[in-house]
Formats: sequence, C-alpha cells, structure tokens
Amino acid sequence: MTQSSYIALTYWDIAMAASLILINGLLSFAFRLGLERTLIIAALRMSVQLIAIGFVLKFIFIQTSPLWTVGLGLLMVLFAAREAIARQTRRYKGWWAYGLGTATLMFVGLLAVFFGVGVLIGPDPWYTPRLVLPILGMVLGNTLNGISLSLETLTTTAQRERASIEARIALGATRVEALSVVTRQALKTGMMPIVNAMAATGIVSLPGMMTGQILAGVDPVEATKYQVLITFLIAGGTALGAFLAVMGGARLLTDERHRLRLDRLEKAAQ
Amino acid sequence: MLRIESLDVYGLEAVSFEGARGECLAVQGPSGSGKTVLLRALADLDPVEGRIFLDGTERNAFSGPQWRKRVRYAAAEPGWWGETPRDHFPQNKGLDKLVRSLGLNAAQLDQSITQLSTGERQRMALARAIFDAPSVLLLDEPTGALDTKATAQAERVIKRQLKTGHAVILVSHDPSQVKRLADRKLTIRGGKVRVGQV
Repeated sequence: MTQSSYIALTYWDIAMAASLILINGLLSFAFRLGLERTLIIAALRMSVQLIAIGFVLKFIFIQTSPLWTVGLGLLMVLFAAREAIARQTRRYKGWWAYGLGTATLMFVGLLAVFFGVGVLIGPDPWYTPRLVLPILGMVLGNTLNGISLSLETLTTTAQRERASIEARIALGATRVEALSVVTRQALKTGMMPIVNAMAATGIVSLPGMMTGQILAGVDPVEATKYQVLITFLIAGGTALGAFLAVMGGARLLTDERHRLRLDRLEKAAQ
Repeated sequence: MLRIESLDVYGLEAVSFEGARGECLAVQGPSGSGKTVLLRALADLDPVEGRIFLDGTERNAFSGPQWRKRVRYAAAEPGWWGETPRDHFPQNKGLDKLVRSLGLNAAQLDQSITQLSTGERQRMALARAIFDAPSVLLLDEPTGALDTKATAQAERVIKRQLKTGHAVILVSHDPSQVKRLADRKLTIRGGKVRVGQV
C-alpha cells in the first residue's frame, strides 16, 4: 500500500460537514415528521461513537496484543447482537432474545476472521488489529442486518400465518415441514440486501471501504481487490448468519413435540 | 380406543373420559368455555399435563407428528398454505370421490383457495382431515358455515367414518346435529366437564 496523497482532515472540516444535517432537520420540520430530536441524537451518537472508536483503535493498534484485539472483537459481537434484536417487533422471551443473535454473530465473526484474515490475507501476526478489527466490523455490521431482517420476518410471518402452520402440524407435519414457507421467506429477506448491494456495487455505488482506501492514497486496483474479498466475506457471513438465526429461531418457535410455540415470543415495548 | 386420564387443560378441571371405536362424542358448552382448547390438547397442539392413550399406547410413545397422523384435529377456521386445495393432500388416489361425496366438484380441487366460498373451504378442510384415515377425528364445528344440504352431506361422510371404526369428537352448537351424530356428550360449563347421554 502507498500513502502518497493522503490529506488529513481537521475538526473544523468535520464541523462544516455536520452542518449538512440541517437539511434533514429542515425537511423533518417542514413535513412535520417529528424526527428533529431523533436526528440530533443519532448524529451526535454517530460522531461521538466514531471519534471514540478512532482513539480506541489507535490505542489498540499501538499495543498489537492478541488480548486487546480479541477483547474489542468480543465487545463488537455483543453490541452487534444487541442491535440485531433492538428493533424486532416480537422477541424471544428470556435470554434467548440475546443468546440467538450473540451465538450466531460469534460464529460468523470467528469464521470471517479465521478464513478472511487468517487464511486469505495472512498477516503476521495473525491478530494484527489494523486488519482484524475493521474486517470483523464490516462482516458483523452486515450480518446483524441479515439476522435482524430474517428474525423479524420469521416471527411476524409465523404469527400471521399461525392458522396455516398449525393446519400442517395438525395433519402430521414435522416442524421443519410446517415452517418451511416461513423459513424460506425469512432467509430470502435476510439475504436480499447483500445480493442487491453486490449487484449494484461498482456501477451504482462505490463501497465505503474501497473509497476510504482510495482517499487514503491506495492504488484503486489494489483497493478493489480488497473490496471484492470483503464483499464475498460479507455475503458469506450474512447468508450463514441469516441461515443459523432462522434455523435457531424456527427451532425456538417449536418444541420437541413439533408444536408451534408462539407463547415463547413477546411483543417488544415500543 | 381413546382414553384420557386427568388431562390438565387450561381453564378446565382435570378431564377424564374414554371414546370407543365407532363412537361419536359431542362437546358442548357456551362460547369460550374451552371446547377448542380441549380438542387442541387431545391433538397435542398445546402442551398439557395428563395422560392420553390411543388403543392402550400412551401419547408420549408417539412422536408429535405420529400422534397427529392418528388423532387429527380440524379447526373451525381452517388454514391453508398452498395455492389450490389439491396442494393440501398427500396424493390424488380417491380424492375426487371424497370431495364429490361432500357435494363439491372435483374441478374445485384445482381452483385457487381464494375463489372458494367459506362453506366450500370448510368441506375441503373436512376432506383433508379424513383423507388419510386417522383413527380419531377431532372436529371443531365442521358444519358451522354450511347450509342444510351441505351439512347433511358432511354428516353422511362423518357417519361413514364412524361405521368404519373411527372415533369422532365433535364440537357443535347445533343440538339437533348432536342428536343425529353423537352417542354421548361432554358438557363444559364453568370449567367443569361432565360426560352424559345425548
């Protein structure tokens, strides 16, 4: 990588860019969307979170310690799991609400790091935080989206299609057979965003990571190689995450006697 | 054939009764008294405490799907997952004859479910429930949406099931239908279940 033409930004540049949020605020005000407060909080959260993580990453990059890398990776998984279920209409009761997302994201994250970083990129040492953490973050961010959409579709469709699912069960279908229509729909919904993104990448949109590398002075062809690798990692991670979450979620929606157990869901507080 | 011992159904006192081969038991009671809950419990659609035996074998000796292939619940408002009624039957052999016996046209098997009337859907659901000859039929208001002629046709089909040795537990709000079909009745009132003569 070369860093020939990197131009550093000042905090004043960032403050100027932040003024663009006024457009969102004006639109919300003009059309009475009631989003002003949410917008301010979201913009502040985004800025503070990103600046804070910038300092955290700087510190961890200097340490180059497997413990720090794994520790921050775990924290990212836990936050991603929380976000995956944060906006669900219906949640699983008890610790499964978090357990399902955490277990799935942990598995996908580990696989992405071992395969994507360990096997394909192969840095020395393997836990090089400059590579592990951003890649883990990108995979987790997209996988949580897939999991969130899949689980939302699974639980709301199961609730809506209760009569047809129970009709199949009453006729002697197994839980896999009875929920097949719902699980297919949930998987499709979970995988749709990454399939759309892959199809549009390069023509409609230039992905953030690649753009960032180019802005930092990396040769565009080198940047695209990384982007293709990451996109495949994200696609695989999202598909695997959605699959595991849907299979686990469907299993939790039924019991060992193959009964539909919608009583294991609770409506999330709005 | 079917023996129920101290079944702990939500909202009802412990339920115990027996149903013999070829016997029709009518379940009666006001709306919301627990008739559907009882039928669902017998079909193992909801988790309940208590013991249920089919021909001397306890329910737990069967897997859930195996049990429900033998003890079949047909809901008052049937659910559908395929495009046409035919999508809901495991095979076609004998299907045309069965739906004709219920006063339906065999061509309706290939119509869209949404094009069928409520009564036609209810009869298709009855056909679906009895098609693979379960031992016990749990029918929740099977003629609730039918006119007099269609009700008579459905009752003839139910009687044929009884004659061939199947047991039927029938929820019905029609006292005359209970008289026509049932041998005994289970009356649910205030959470108590009483077995008596029709």
